Amino acid sequence: MNRREALSPGEIVRRRGGRARKARTAAFHLTASFISLLWVGPLVLVVVLSVRTFDDILGNGLMALPRSFTFRGYADAWGRGGGRRGMLNSFIITVPALSLALLLSSLTAFGLSRFRVPFRRTILLIMLGGNLLPPQIMLIPLARNAEALGIFDSFFAVIILHAAFGLGFYVFVLYGFMLAIPSEIQQAAIIDGATPFQIYRTIILPLSRPALASMGALGFTWIFNDLLWSITVLRSESRMPVTASLLGLQGTYLSDWGLISAGTITAAIPTLIVFLLFQKSFVGGLTLGAVK
Amino acid sequence: MSVPGRHRRRGIDTLPPSVAAFILVPFLLEAAVVFAPASQGVLLSFTQWRGIGTPNPVGLQNFRELADDPIFIVAFKNTLRWLVVFGGLSGLLGLSLALLLKAERRGVAVYRSLIFLPVIFSLVVTALVWRVLYAPEGLFNNALQAVGLKSWGHIWLAEPRTVLYALVVASLWRSSGYIMVLYLAGLKSIDPSLTEAARVDGANRRQLFRHITMPQLSGVNSVVLSVIVIDALRSFDIVYALTKGGPYNSSQLLSTFMFQTAFATGRLGYASAIAVVIFLLAVSFIVLYLIRALREDAR
Repeated sequence: MNRREALSPGEIVRRRGGRARKARTAAFHLTASFISLLWVGPLVLVVVLSVRTFDDILGNGLMALPRSFTFRGYADAWGRGGGRRGMLNSFIITVPALSLALLLSSLTAFGLSRFRVPFRRTILLIMLGGNLLPPQIMLIPLARNAEALGIFDSFFAVIILHAAFGLGFYVFVLYGFMLAIPSEIQQAAIIDGATPFQIYRTIILPLSRPALASMGALGFTWIFNDLLWSITVLRSESRMPVTASLLGLQGTYLSDWGLISAGTITAAIPTLIVFLLFQKSFVGGLTLGAVK
Repeated sequence: MSVPGRHRRRGIDTLPPSVAAFILVPFLLEAAVVFAPASQGVLLSFTQWRGIGTPNPVGLQNFRELADDPIFIVAFKNTLRWLVVFGGLSGLLGLSLALLLKAERRGVAVYRSLIFLPVIFSLVVTALVWRVLYAPEGLFNNALQAVGLKSWGHIWLAEPRTVLYALVVASLWRSSGYIMVLYLAGLKSIDPSLTEAARVDGANRRQLFRHITMPQLSGVNSVVLSVIVIDALRSFDIVYALTKGGPYNSSQLLSTFMFQTAFATGRLGYASAIAVVIFLLAVSFIVLYLIRALREDAR
């Protein structure tokens, strides 16, 4: 909340007694940092574990202070653990799926928000509704349909699934955003004889960049983090994304905690980077439409 | 989530064919990949099918069998437990964290980011992190030993009594930050003059919270509720990654049971019936809430 210029009577009372305020500030930071520690602590433990040697972990215990330092776990998780393959697959799936989803949803949102479309609200709600369905209801038919079409166990199938399954939400958010762009800008372009696609490309899309960034950051993590769709329509080990290959790692190297921890940290890095780069858009995207 | 009001657009009166295509193509894609399979799934639930030949219609037999299936009953109860415990706690935690961290002050952005951080990790990553904590010689047992409560130690993920709650805690760690962020946005949108006016009238903190903050958050509450219900019913990854529903099906959820039935035993009709139950649960929770919300509005 912003510090307001005019102080309320209550606030003036509370302003007196600087010591009490200091104590309250200290109490706040103590509480907040303790809570933050609860959230970050587990991650720190895993990071520490990931750079300890196998013998150190075995000899001194899982939670002991590190007495060794090695990147062996990372090298192993990346190499023979299949981390490189999994990571590459994740990007092969995520990048086209996300691009397709953003392209299609921005076109739909453009059409719905900038033109008088019959049943606009119905279309919007139906598309959003599709996003709220539990995926279990369509798992079996999707696997079956993919087999019938000959695209089972292909990147293409996963990409299409991801692109289509996010559409409703992206359209919903982008629609809300594009609706707020003044129509005068568009009128001028129409008078100049621009086609709808030109208006989309040169006017609306550039203006929608903040919303696109939000949806891009969110969508990236959703697709990248997915497990269920991939294990539903993929079969070959060599095509599995990093989430699934990480699970495989857990099974194969059951007691090699260093390797598993290193794999876990590696798998978390891409979404971490996206989050750090787009933190504002990310959180903004999550709360868009939540407050109304 | 509400749809922005119907705006009168001074757009073009006739819809250009290209624009119709912009809307139609994605719509048809979603229809083909989401709606058609969903309806196929519902139809399959009334059949017996092992994936070869044509499904054999059996009416409601799958659902009758479900009612007598002990694993289904465990999974159903666990799913309800998950909804109530995970849902309730993540709402409570999210709101408390938001209230604690709502004021813009030094350091608050760091605290928020740290608590939000796990939201960006996949559930598989979350699962592996928590596997370390729950390991027999992991953090929890170590900590208990350190404070002299060694006998309270558990093999958390291998004991039917604790396993479900151990999984709930891991999920809470990941998703509370999300709920917190939703509530933070909600709190920010409250008109400060409302709070100020109530304060001038002599309202104390509890009264402020009850009569100003909570009513103003009702919109966010409904979003949070649908997010939680949908999330809870979708919860699959973390259980699949940590226990696969075990030991002895004690942490089985409907989602994991459905997946197992479909892809391990190959009983596709039966698995579809489980999926329909999940679907009905999702719909009923949301409808129940809507009815309650509408009734409150009418008052």
